[in-house]
Amino acid sequence: MSVAILKQGDHLIASIQSALRDHEVLELRDELADRVGRLRARGIVIDVTALDVIDSFVARSLRTIALTAKLRGAETVIVGIQPEVAVAMVQFRLNLEPLHTALDLEEGLELLTSLTEQPPLRP
Amino acid sequence: MNERALRLEVASDADIVPARARGRALAAELGFSRTDATLVATAISEIARNIVVHAGRGEIELTPAYEPDRRGVVVIARDQGPGIRDVDAALTEGHGTKGGLGLGLPGARRIMDEFVIDTAPNQGTTVTMHMWRDVHELDGSRR
Repeated sequence: MSVAILKQGDHLIASIQSALRDHEVLELRDELADRVGRLRARGIVIDVTALDVIDSFVARSLRTIALTAKLRGAETVIVGIQPEVAVAMVQFRLNLEPLHTALDLEEGLELLTSLTEQPPLRP
Repeated sequence: MNERALRLEVASDADIVPARARGRALAAELGFSRTDATLVATAISEIARNIVVHAGRGEIELTPAYEPDRRGVVVIARDQGPGIRDVDAALTEGHGTKGGLGLGLPGARRIMDEFVIDTAPNQGTTVTMHMWRDVHELDGSRR
C-alpha cells in the first residue's frame, strides 16, 4: 500500500511509502478529509521521507490536501523532505506555502501541538 | 540514434516515475551526486508530465555522454502534441496553465547546462537537455 494512515492522539499521521499515482493522490486527499471528521483529528502530519522526487504535481497535491483539511478544521505539517529533494524544490521554485513543514515526525507533532492548542481562557 | 540511448514511452502518469527513475540511475552510473541525480529526476518528472497533460503521449530518450574532461546526461523529450504557442511565456517564472504551477520548464532550464525547445503550433515539441559534470567532480568509484 502506498500510504499508511495512523491516528496518534488528536492527530493523523500519513506516511507516504512510495511515489503516488495520480488517482492515489486524490484518494489520499479524500481519505484524509473524511478521517479528519470521523476521528475528529485536529492535525495531520504527512511524512514524505520515502519520496525521492517532489515535483510540481506533488507540491500542488500536498497544498490541496492541506487546504481541504483546513476547511475541516485541521492543520497539516509536511515532514521528512530529503535534503536533495529540498534543494531541487528550491531550484524549481516549488514552495509549499502556506503549508507548515518540519524536519521529522517528532518535530512535526510538536509543531502540530502548538498549532492546535486551545488558547487559555481569559476570565 | 546513439546505441547507448534508452527510449521510454510516456503515455500516462504511470510512465512518469519509471522515466525519472531511469534518469536518476543514469546520472548515478556516471557518478553524479545525489543532489544532481535528483535534479535530473525532477526535470524529467516535469517534462514527462507535460507530455501526458498537453500531448497525451510521447517519449523520453536518455543517453550518457562521454567527453575527455566531462560526463553528461542527455534527456530528449519528444511529443507530437499541440506545441507550445508562446515559448517565452512558458519559460517565464510563474507561467501557469492546467493547474497553476506552470510547465516546469523554467526550473528545468535553470538546472540544466544546455536546454533547447523545438516546437511549433500543432507540430509537436522536442525538449533537449544536458547536464554536464567535470570528471574531477564525479564519484571516482564509478566511471
